[in-house]
Amino acid sequence: MAKLKLSINGTAHDVDVDPDTPLLWVIREWVGLTGTKYGCGIAQCGACTVHLDGAATRSCQIPAGSVGEAKITTIEGLSPDGMSHPIQVAWLQHDVPQCGYCQSGQIMASAALLAAKPHPTDADIADMVTNICRCGTYQRIKAAIHTAAELTVPATGKA
Amino acid sequence: MAQTLSRRFFLTASAVAGGGFSLGWSLPKAQAAENAPFELGIWATIAADDTVTIRIARSEMGQGTMTGLAQLVADELDADWRFVKTEFVTPEANLAAKRAWGDMSTGGSRGIRASVDYVRKGGAAARAMLVQAGAAKWGVPAGECVTALNVVTHTPSGRRLRYGELAADAAKLTPPTDVKVKTPAEWTLIGRGVKRLDTAEKLSGKLTYAIDVQLPNMLNAAIAQCPVFGGKLKSFDAAKIQQMPGVRHVVAVDDNAVAVVADKWFQAKTALAALPIVWDEGPNAKVDSQQIDAHLTAGLDAKEAGLAQEHGDIVAGLAGAATKIEAVYSMPFQHHATLEPMNCTAQFADGKVEVWVSSQNGDASLAAAAEAGGVKLADVKVHKHILGGGFGRRGQQDPVKQAVIIAKQVPGRPIKLIWTREEDMTHGFYRPIAKAKMTAGLDANGNLTTLHARLSAQSIAAYLAPQRMENGVDMIAFQGWTKDEFGYMAIPNLRIDDAVRNTHVPVGFWRGVNTNQNAIFMECFIDELAHATGKDPLDFRRSLMTKNPKHLAVLNAVAEKAGWGTPLPKGVHRGIAQNAGFGSYVAAVAEVSVSPKGELAIHRIVAGTDCGYAVNPEQIAAQVEGSFVYGLSALLTSEITIDKGRVVQTNFDSYEVMKLAAMPKVETVIVPSGGFWGGVGEPTIAVAPPAVLNAIFAATGKRVRTLPLSHQDLSHA
Repeated sequence: MAKLKLSINGTAHDVDVDPDTPLLWVIREWVGLTGTKYGCGIAQCGACTVHLDGAATRSCQIPAGSVGEAKITTIEGLSPDGMSHPIQVAWLQHDVPQCGYCQSGQIMASAALLAAKPHPTDADIADMVTNICRCGTYQRIKAAIHTAAELTVPATGKA
Repeated sequence: MAQTLSRRFFLTASAVAGGGFSLGWSLPKAQAAENAPFELGIWATIAADDTVTIRIARSEMGQGTMTGLAQLVADELDADWRFVKTEFVTPEANLAAKRAWGDMSTGGSRGIRASVDYVRKGGAAARAMLVQAGAAKWGVPAGECVTALNVVTHTPSGRRLRYGELAADAAKLTPPTDVKVKTPAEWTLIGRGVKRLDTAEKLSGKLTYAIDVQLPNMLNAAIAQCPVFGGKLKSFDAAKIQQMPGVRHVVAVDDNAVAVVADKWFQAKTALAALPIVWDEGPNAKVDSQQIDAHLTAGLDAKEAGLAQEHGDIVAGLAGAATKIEAVYSMPFQHHATLEPMNCTAQFADGKVEVWVSSQNGDASLAAAAEAGGVKLADVKVHKHILGGGFGRRGQQDPVKQAVIIAKQVPGRPIKLIWTREEDMTHGFYRPIAKAKMTAGLDANGNLTTLHARLSAQSIAAYLAPQRMENGVDMIAFQGWTKDEFGYMAIPNLRIDDAVRNTHVPVGFWRGVNTNQNAIFMECFIDELAHATGKDPLDFRRSLMTKNPKHLAVLNAVAEKAGWGTPLPKGVHRGIAQNAGFGSYVAAVAEVSVSPKGELAIHRIVAGTDCGYAVNPEQIAAQVEGSFVYGLSALLTSEITIDKGRVVQTNFDSYEVMKLAAMPKVETVIVPSGGFWGGVGEPTIAVAPPAVLNAIFAATGKRVRTLPLSHQDLSHA
C-alpha cells in the first residue's frame, strides 16, 4: 500500500492504495467517481478513457502509482455543469447515446481530439476515436464531433 | 422517489433511473411535499407544477423504448412533452398489483408493439379523469371540454385549467375502463422524432448503471465459473489468499463457481486470480469446434427434420428441374458482449432480499432473486437500472442468482458482484451456431420453381425454453421463414426445415436472433441464383414476390433511394437483400469496394423498414444504424469458437468488434404503411450482412458462405 495524492478534476485526493492498482479502479472505488467505466480491462474498448494533462488515456492500464502529479480529468470534470463542453452540447443535439455506457469514454476521447485538432477530418476521427460502442452510435459520434468543431469556432470566424 | 426541479431544460432532458438518481437540484422538503404527484390510474402521475411522470414497465437498454412508450401515453393524455418525465415501475409493485403493468420482459422488439394497446388506454383514461375533474369544477358537461398541452379548456366559455391544477381532484376519480384511443390522424406526439428523455445524464457521467451502485457497508465480489460448460467446482484453497489486501470471504457459488468478497472489487479480482481452484470439467472438456462443425454438417442431410412450411412438391420439382443449384452456408457462435459486463448487487438481511440490477426482465430478476435467496416473492425488492447494453443477454438472470447466493453467505451487507470481461466473454448465452443447405431447381428459362432450405442449427428453445419446442421443432429457428414472414411465397415448390443439432454450449437470444443467419442463407442464395441465371438480383427477387406486396414495397423503396441500376464510381459495387421479422418488413442496398489485395470498404448502406406505424422516426433511424454495427461486427470479425469444451475468445482483442473507422454511411428510409405496429430494435439488423456479402460478390466474383469474413481471402484480379 502507498499513500498517493491524485489531482482529479481540480481536487486533490489522498488515497491509500496498492500503487499497482489501475487508475480506473482508484477513480471508481477509492475516489467514488463512477462516470469512468470498466469495459475490458485491457485498454481495448476505451470506456475508461480519462485525460492525463489533457491527453486521452485508457485508465484501466495505468497504475495509479505512475500518475504522479499529472492532472486527471474524468467525465465528471469535463465541464462545470456536465453539459456545456462543446462535445456535450453537440452530443445532446445529435442525440448520440443509446445505452450510454461507452459514452463517457467516447466523449473524453472526442474532447481530447478536438483540443488537439480543432477541425478534425473523418480520417482524424477514425484514428483518434477508437472506442467500442456496441449499440453502434458511430455515425452520430462522427457527425457530433464535426458539429462540436463548428461550435468552438470564434464568433468572428467562419462558421 | 426523488423529485427534481421542474426547470424546462431538466424536464426535457431528465429521466429517473432506478438508482434513485436525480438531476438538478433537490427541492426543499416542504416544497417537495406540496408538489407530490397525484396518480391518475397506473400509468401517469401529475404534480401541481404540471410535471407529468409516465411509468415505464419495460427495460431501457439503449433501444429508446422508454421514450417511445412515454410518447404513446403522453399523446393520449394530451400532455405537454416539455413537462414529461419517466420512472420505472418496480417489479415488486407489479407483483403486488397482480401484473397490472403487464409483462416487464424486454426483448423480441416487443417493447412498443406489445404494450401499445394498454399504455395508450392508460393515457386516455388519465386524460378523461382530468376532463371530468375540470367539468365538475365548472359545472359543465365533460363533452364541452377539450384538452391540449397540459390544459383542459371549456370550449364555450374559454375557461382553462392546467393539469397541475386539476390533478388532485382527478386523482380522486375512478379511472374509466371504456376509453377510446385516438385515430392516427389525431396523434400529436406519435410519429414525431422527439429526442430521447435519457440523454443528459449519459453525457455527464452521472447516470448510475447497476455496476456503479454504491451503498453503505457494501462489499465487492469477483467470480470464477468453471471454464467448461457443464463442469463443476471441485475445491479451492481459501487459506492461500485470506491475507491478501481487502479479502473478507471466499465462497462457493452454486456447484460451478467460486467468488472472492473483498472491500474493493479490484482487490477481489486480484485475489481470485491467485486462488488455487480445482475444477471437475466433466465430459464436455474434449469438445472442440471441429467436432461441433461435423455434428452440424451431418444435420444437413439428416432424414429427420422439423418443418417450418411446405407447399408444392420439392422432390418432383427438383427431379424435373433443368438446372439444380446447391450451396452450404455456415455461421459461428456469437457473443453479446454488452459493454457493461454482467453484474448485480444484492443484499440479504432478515429473510429479505434486495437487488440492484441491469435486467431485460424485472419480473424474472425478482423471481430469480427469491429462488436463490430461498425467500418468498413478496420479500424481494428489485432496483432496475438503465442497462449498459442488453441485446438479449440480460434476459438471463445468472448474475442475479449468483449475487444473491453470495450475499446470503455474507448477510446484512450489500455485495456487488462484477464479472470480469473474461468471465463475461466465456460464460454467455451465445447466438446459436448454424448451417444451411440451400437447394434450388430452375426451369429452362431460369425461373426458380423449387427451393429447399435445410437448417442444421442449435436450438435456443431447446436450451432455454423446452416448453416452446413443438413436436421437436423450434419455430424460433425459422424467424423470417414462416408463412407469415417469408417474402418469396410465390415459389411453386417450397420446403423449409430444420434438423436441430444441439451442443453443450449455452445459447440464447441475440439481437435479431435467427433472422441474422436466415437472412444471410436466403438472401445470398437468392443472389447466387440470380447471377447463375444472368438476371438482375433486384428483378429476380421481384419475380418471386408477387404474393408479398409489403416485402416488395420496402425492397422497391430502398432500391429507388439507393439508385439501384444507376452508375457508381469505379470499383464500387452494390448488393441487395430483404427480409421480414419481429412484425416488420425490411430491406437494404449496400455499396462496397474491395481492393485487389482484398481490403473491404463498406461505403454506404440504404436501409428500409416498414414497421407499420412509426412512433419516433429519429429513434428508428438510430436503431437501424446501431443494429448494423452489431450485425456487421458478426459479419466482419466476430466469432466464438470452442476448444477443450470452453470458449477460446476472452476479450475484445480476440473477439473483435466493429469500430468507428469501419462505419459506413447509413441512410434509413422509413416507409410506414400503417395498420400494424412492427418491431424496430432488431428487424433491420438482418439485411445489412447479406447486402454487403452480395456486394462483395459483385465486386470480386467471390461468394463467401462461411463467416466471419476475416477468415476469407477477398483478393481478386
